[in-house]
Amino acid sequence: MSLITARFSTRNTLISGLFILVLLIGNFTAIGQHNHDHTATENVSHSEHNQTDSAMAEGITHTENTGHHDEEAFNTKEVIMEHIADGHDWHLWGHTSLHLPVIVYTDKGLEVFSSGKFNHGHDAYQGKYYTYALDKSHPEKEKLTVVTADGQLDETATSNITDLSITKNVASMMVSMLFLFLIFFSVAAGYKKRGIGAPKGLQSWLEPIILFVRDEIARPNLGENYKKYMPYLLTVFFFIWMNNVLGLVPFFPGGANVTGNIAVTLVLALFTFIITSFSGTKTYWGHVFTPHVPLWLYPLMIPVEIIGLFTKPFALMIRLFANITAGHILVLSLVCLIFIFKSMSVAGVSVPFVVFISVIEMLVAFIQAFIFTILSALYIGMALEKPSADAHH
Amino acid sequence: MDLVTPSIGLVFWSTISFLTLLFLLTKFAWKPITAALSERENSIDEALKAAENARKQMEKLTADNEKLLNQARAERDAMLKEANEMKEGIIAQAKKSAAEEGAKLLANAKAAIEQEKVAAMNQLKTQVAELSVDMAEKILRTKMTDRAQQEAFVNENLKSISLN
Repeated sequence: MSLITARFSTRNTLISGLFILVLLIGNFTAIGQHNHDHTATENVSHSEHNQTDSAMAEGITHTENTGHHDEEAFNTKEVIMEHIADGHDWHLWGHTSLHLPVIVYTDKGLEVFSSGKFNHGHDAYQGKYYTYALDKSHPEKEKLTVVTADGQLDETATSNITDLSITKNVASMMVSMLFLFLIFFSVAAGYKKRGIGAPKGLQSWLEPIILFVRDEIARPNLGENYKKYMPYLLTVFFFIWMNNVLGLVPFFPGGANVTGNIAVTLVLALFTFIITSFSGTKTYWGHVFTPHVPLWLYPLMIPVEIIGLFTKPFALMIRLFANITAGHILVLSLVCLIFIFKSMSVAGVSVPFVVFISVIEMLVAFIQAFIFTILSALYIGMALEKPSADAHH
Repeated sequence: MDLVTPSIGLVFWSTISFLTLLFLLTKFAWKPITAALSERENSIDEALKAAENARKQMEKLTADNEKLLNQARAERDAMLKEANEMKEGIIAQAKKSAAEEGAKLLANAKAAIEQEKVAAMNQLKTQVAELSVDMAEKILRTKMTDRAQQEAFVNENLKSISLN
């Protein structure tokens, strides 16, 4: 880690810091809105003490009209888990949600329908092959199940279906992809237009970051072979960063917890693992299967080395997932304090804290993208090791 | 535990999304961008090298110029010196020849004057002699009517002539 901090030069920290500040200007208002969302949706049945607040009053009418959550106590864990987990609906505001398409791959064929059919998990939907329902009993994971005609869970049929829905995370990922395409195609157009001339606008803003990835991440770790891996490193860096930042925007199209989802980080870590393994030189694999230790240590060393192959991408996966999820939980917990104490005055303390944590999270968003990329480059660089290099590790 | 169990659907879509992103960005963004960046770096590098070369060449040119200038200066000095010498030579020679000529002219003039003077003296002498003879003749014609007187006079004159 000291290696990483050393390479994280001041100049580039400054650039990213500026970027974070710019994005944060939009974030302050957003956090306020987040509060309102909570007020309106989940928790107001117990806020009779504070009816002076108009937003709360509005929330109560909503709750009374629709009638759920009525007698439920405010459940912090449930609220937070619902926010950081994936879902088939994309909650926009109040009781408005974006109904995303459900795609089910069953043993009988593919089925596509709108998630609006489930009515937020209250109804079952009679599809072509099965009757589907959303199991919301675990807030950290919404599960698509098959139910029998009388509404009972059909375990065997459920195990036969694969849920390939465009969930909130998938949709958010696509939004961030769209942003990335828009941004980088325009940057590339800038280079095409201006050739080797001085960069302008978005181009001049992103060029230092691209150069940062090249000069601080790729070149020091990959040596002269860096060019081959630049596309992967750049893509992974900007993909993680964009998703991290979008995750911190509390309203549509942000707010999803994409990089804080283990499935996404798993895929990203897997890509690094695959690239590392396929780039592995004879020397690299030699370290794994014929380490430089006495022969009697082989039964111990070879398994350790093989485990080592997998712990590196595993650490990548867990690090990103844990950091981003922790950030989301922290921000949400601070917001939830208002509802736990059932007092608006708590907002005076918790909102500044939320802002403070959000600023840190903007930094974390960059740092985690950077760490994931630099460690990927480091692992690939280790796999590229030449025989002449130092034999001991 | 559900939080750390990856769902198949998201794994599937993440893989597809990431591969699409990787492919499209590589093709339409990273390649042109990195190519342009390295091209720019190369051109800056080349420009710097060219500037360095130009500077060196300039230095060389300046040195050459300096050399040429010095050479020209030396040549000019030599030429000036030569011209000066030549001028002095010419002047000296001219002075010398002028003096010689002047002396010659002067000598000639003196000779001519002398000659003229001699001629004029001779003429004057002749005329004076003629006049004297004439006058003497006239005087004699009037005074020497007698024989004795004539003889006395001639004798006296003869005495003075021999003395002359």
